[in-house]
Amino acid sequence: MTAQAISEIQAGLRAKKFSAKELAQAAVADAERQNSKTNAFLMFSPERALLTAARVDEAIANNQFAGALAGVPVAVKDVIVTKGLRTTCGSRMLEKYIPPYDATAVIRLEEEGALIVGKCNCDEFAMGSSNENSAFGPVQNPKALDRVPGGSSGGSAAAVAQGSVTASLGSDTGGSIRQPASFCGVVGVTPTYGRVSRYGLVAFASSLDHIGPFAHNVSDAAAVLRVIAGRDEQDSTSAFAPVDDYQSMMREPARGLKVGLPREYFDGLGQETGDVIHAAVRQLEKLGCEVREISLPHTRYALSCYYIIATAEASSNLARYDGVRYTRREDSETLADMYRNTRGCGFGAEVKRRIMLGTYVLSAGYYDAFYLKAQKVRNLIARDFHEVFREVDAIVAPVSPFPAFKIGEKIDDPLAMYLSDVYTLTGDLSGVPCMSVPCGETKEGLPVGLQIFARHFDEATMFRLAYNYEQAR
Amino acid sequence: MKLTDEEVRYVADLANLRLSTEEVTRMSHDLGEILTHIEQLNELDTAQVEPMAQVLYDADETATLREDVPHTPLTNEDALANAPARGNGYYKVPKVIER
Repeated sequence: MTAQAISEIQAGLRAKKFSAKELAQAAVADAERQNSKTNAFLMFSPERALLTAARVDEAIANNQFAGALAGVPVAVKDVIVTKGLRTTCGSRMLEKYIPPYDATAVIRLEEEGALIVGKCNCDEFAMGSSNENSAFGPVQNPKALDRVPGGSSGGSAAAVAQGSVTASLGSDTGGSIRQPASFCGVVGVTPTYGRVSRYGLVAFASSLDHIGPFAHNVSDAAAVLRVIAGRDEQDSTSAFAPVDDYQSMMREPARGLKVGLPREYFDGLGQETGDVIHAAVRQLEKLGCEVREISLPHTRYALSCYYIIATAEASSNLARYDGVRYTRREDSETLADMYRNTRGCGFGAEVKRRIMLGTYVLSAGYYDAFYLKAQKVRNLIARDFHEVFREVDAIVAPVSPFPAFKIGEKIDDPLAMYLSDVYTLTGDLSGVPCMSVPCGETKEGLPVGLQIFARHFDEATMFRLAYNYEQAR
Repeated sequence: MKLTDEEVRYVADLANLRLSTEEVTRMSHDLGEILTHIEQLNELDTAQVEPMAQVLYDADETATLREDVPHTPLTNEDALANAPARGNGYYKVPKVIER
């Protein structure tokens, strides 16, 4: 039994074809069995999954509603805290950290009957584009084992792609959900900034961090988002905007939707990826969408803007790992040496690089030239979207300039690695909802994802376009 | 843009990061390369542009205020459970004040 769609699980539970307990056992067993091959999981949580499963089975036995995600096996990226269940952030720094509370998104999943089967591997503190920065080893892409699954939510994407779970949670700060979704051939959603509470998401860059779902299809991703979305008192940046019924709204035909094709997203695009994306655009035209070329003129500045803002925020957020509160300490004579030694030993190379860059751009004499400048450019990038969304309902583009690359191919060249996020950074900087939906393969059989952007809080239109495309493919 | 080893050590000090000699060399190369790329932002005239610190959405000014209702906080025991060193209900650190 590999992971089924949510509707199949619900029908099967109602018909007593299987129990939630059996679903939990099967998912954990499958995840464990495949882990020697893909390393998608850092931890399994059978007790926790069985606890929720027992509640679901009891509700079903009593003919009660068991929840919108009853019996659905899910996995959670290891930067999202789980009470009593080790949460490492892919870092030696937190190798032994056991959180005293649950993230809001995790609580909401379990309230609706979802079975949490384990914690997913990821780049250390979500910093990376290939999952090779995990202190616990890289993840192999289930679609091509010698290749990366993308990052930083590589384990979450792989857990879905390998069929162990129906859905998973990831986090996206610069593309960390959409890029691995496109590399692994699954659906990945970065909702509007503020749509999902960040409470319990270990902070990387707070003004850019999002939690979002991965799933096998658009409908299941929409179902999971609906459960985790909505205002949460624990996160003052979470939005009050009502959460739409995405799954019914997305069924409206796509005919008449105005879709923009940003010319800046086709510069430097690999030939094969370009061919697949253009075929997807023709499909949208067949569905009756009005496709037109548009311009997001500040796109080429997104990478610089992002690496200033994200690292500045990271250098502040990661200051908390000082050897006092979070398990790891390198004993030293003085307090200052304890800080330095703990951080020097606990963090990996990429995390150190970003802390250094962030500290540099915030340091005296450089603040205006780098940080303030980047915040202004961020405004220009956000305005680009605002302007274009007066003319179109959605924007489609590639997710990544190239498909999954080989493990080890880019690890020694940080700038080349950063460039693999060049089409996804703008979504996080502007805060608009965006997603990756599978749209084909290269000749070698590597998945390609189509990126869809929509207006703030208009996930419904984004899902509508994605769902209609998925059905027509 | 070049970063000297000395500058790297200064920034590492600000960030409370112990770096090995090899790490310092690698860091001055990597940061130099990234900073060179980042300098492209100077092409843009941003004199009339407001900085954007956060994605904002429409809500009343007081929307994020909540009722002042007491909640049960984490217990002292739970809060200290991940402490590498503790004593008498507090976190313990190396001595910072000479008696």
